[in-house]
Amino acid sequence: MPPALRTLAQHRLFWPAVTLVLVLVVNATFNTGFWQLQWRDGHLYGSLIDILNRAAPLAVVALGMTLVIATRGIDISVGAVVAIAAATAALLIGGDLVVKNGVQSYVSRTPMGLAIVAALAVSALCGLWNGLLVAKVGMQPIIATLILMVAGRGVAQLITNGQIITVYYAPYFFIGNGFLLGLPFAVFIAAAVWLALHLLMTRTALGLFIQAIGINPAAARLAGLPERLITVCVYVFCGFAAGVAGLIVSSNVKSADGNNAGLLLELDAILAVTLGGTLLTGGRFSLAGSVLGALIIQTLTSTIYSIGVPPEINLVVKAAVVFVVMLLQSAEFRAALGVWVRRRAPDGVTP
Amino acid sequence: MSAAWLTRPRIDARHVPVLGAVAVFVATSAFGSLAYNGFFSPQVFLNLLIDNAFLAIVGVGMTFVILSGGIDLSVGAVIALTTMVSAALVEQHHWSAAGAIPLVLVMGTAFGTLMGWLITRFRLQPFIVTLAGMFLARGLCYLISIDSISITDAGYTAIAQTRLPLWGDSASITVGALLALVMMAIGILLAHGTQFGRTVYAIGGNEASAVLMGLPVARTTVLVYTFSGFCSALAGVVFTFYMLSGYGLHAVGLELDAIAAVVIGGTLLSGGVGTVIGTLFGVLILGVIQTLISFDGSLSSWWTRIAIGALLFVSCLLQRLFEARRS
Repeated sequence: MPPALRTLAQHRLFWPAVTLVLVLVVNATFNTGFWQLQWRDGHLYGSLIDILNRAAPLAVVALGMTLVIATRGIDISVGAVVAIAAATAALLIGGDLVVKNGVQSYVSRTPMGLAIVAALAVSALCGLWNGLLVAKVGMQPIIATLILMVAGRGVAQLITNGQIITVYYAPYFFIGNGFLLGLPFAVFIAAAVWLALHLLMTRTALGLFIQAIGINPAAARLAGLPERLITVCVYVFCGFAAGVAGLIVSSNVKSADGNNAGLLLELDAILAVTLGGTLLTGGRFSLAGSVLGALIIQTLTSTIYSIGVPPEINLVVKAAVVFVVMLLQSAEFRAALGVWVRRRAPDGVTP
Repeated sequence: MSAAWLTRPRIDARHVPVLGAVAVFVATSAFGSLAYNGFFSPQVFLNLLIDNAFLAIVGVGMTFVILSGGIDLSVGAVIALTTMVSAALVEQHHWSAAGAIPLVLVMGTAFGTLMGWLITRFRLQPFIVTLAGMFLARGLCYLISIDSISITDAGYTAIAQTRLPLWGDSASITVGALLALVMMAIGILLAHGTQFGRTVYAIGGNEASAVLMGLPVARTTVLVYTFSGFCSALAGVVFTFYMLSGYGLHAVGLELDAIAAVVIGGTLLSGGVGTVIGTLFGVLILGVIQTLISFDGSLSSWWTRIAIGALLFVSCLLQRLFEARRS
């Protein structure tokens, strides 16, 4: 292997990128118009744009999840927080029919900006709750967030009163359906979240602090890091990110369903983070990897749709992907594989 | 719990969480009996067991997994797969119940063994392995059929409708509830009367020490997930009797209820501390909350989720205080 290629193969984004390209190629072989992009009504259209658009909420949640996992934590309540944020926004905006000068139009119940801020504040509050349970009370992350995962859907249904709230106020649809410079607006949201985090992690010491906590929390505390404060902040951000995803999702489907919004999203987000090369044991993390992971999952989903098999089969494919990725991440498996390859080599054709 | 601890000056600290669960159960039941007419009857309490039999069976397996310091997220999906395979075999391939039930039990057990083997052999995290197992089992359901398959087989309906009378005609239980009680008894025996049980506690307490003590850690861990797989499959069989249908969306989120029941029953999620009998009370508490809300009538069903979440919060908080005082 040439040295340049070897350096490339050792880059941490190499395997996630290869997986994404592989899934894209598989998709393209089944779907002839896959690479085509069309310019219509000032917007770009095409399968690739569709994947980007649909992956946006998952990517945002996965970014928040990456930081939590980097501190050795996990947040399984994000799906419920998505439902809570969506319910809050939909309830506050709703849309009442008014007739002005003979023209029917829908107006927001509260100013849209206020509703969005309220939804994001509520989700950040959910994150704060998780963070306090983990950092102050000292519960295991999976259990601390399990509480909100169980209760959160109940809270979301309480907000929507058990109904699916439909949003009629048109400006709200821009978040999940609008276009900016020809691209879906949701893609810009995801890109902005990634860029902000990337700058925060590389230009300040925060990224280093988070890694230090993930590698050894006790050592980080002894080194004088405000370990608990950072952990709380990481969970608050994860809740906030879930809230952003909730806004995108509810705006996209123009409604909020307390029972089903963001269902199983926590699992997809954890999967995206794992696919992106961040280990669940904490420490080193890759934000770009998690975005790639989200794109891989969304591309897989659209591949399954384009092949024409029932979308439910998706789960079997996802299971296979998780099994392969986790086995490749295991040192024991790589060692066993190495032994097997070496044992086989003498039997094979010698070059 | 009876005369023994009255004469002793102090309650053994290990029993505090279980006694707490019993106290919560008694308190909520007493509240229901005082507040609602007809709540205090044998059949209402037996229904707790009948309606939550599958949860109790899954809870036994989950208790062992959590005691060993692991977690099993696949239990709900394995139940769904069991109902689906049973329904497909019985309805589409005309198997008898006597043929289908052993097969699905073996299937679930093998599923658990496979996950346990992956966890121990390749040092993978139980959370991720059982998550993948959950995806796989639910996905396999849809490979069989996307729609629900209802069961009309005479053998299954006969077992489902069998009522075993207790003290006259006023109260009776189902086969599922009886199986739940049997599994509870087996679980208690396994935990406290066998080498396997003691090894599970040792692994949960400190895995490295258990290895150094020469205990069969790897084998026991595989067995724990095997047992959980068997319990899930048996719960699936009971669920099939209960619903008389197979469906890929059966028992969605049941793993959370099972974990909640185990935790509310006083088992520490860090492993090593807890009891099977506590889990029974955890399951009964979840059942009582549901019954209370349905008796009230004015409260909507989502209050169940909020109440379970609140209860989970309180018991986790108490566990933390308990741990802090001990250390």
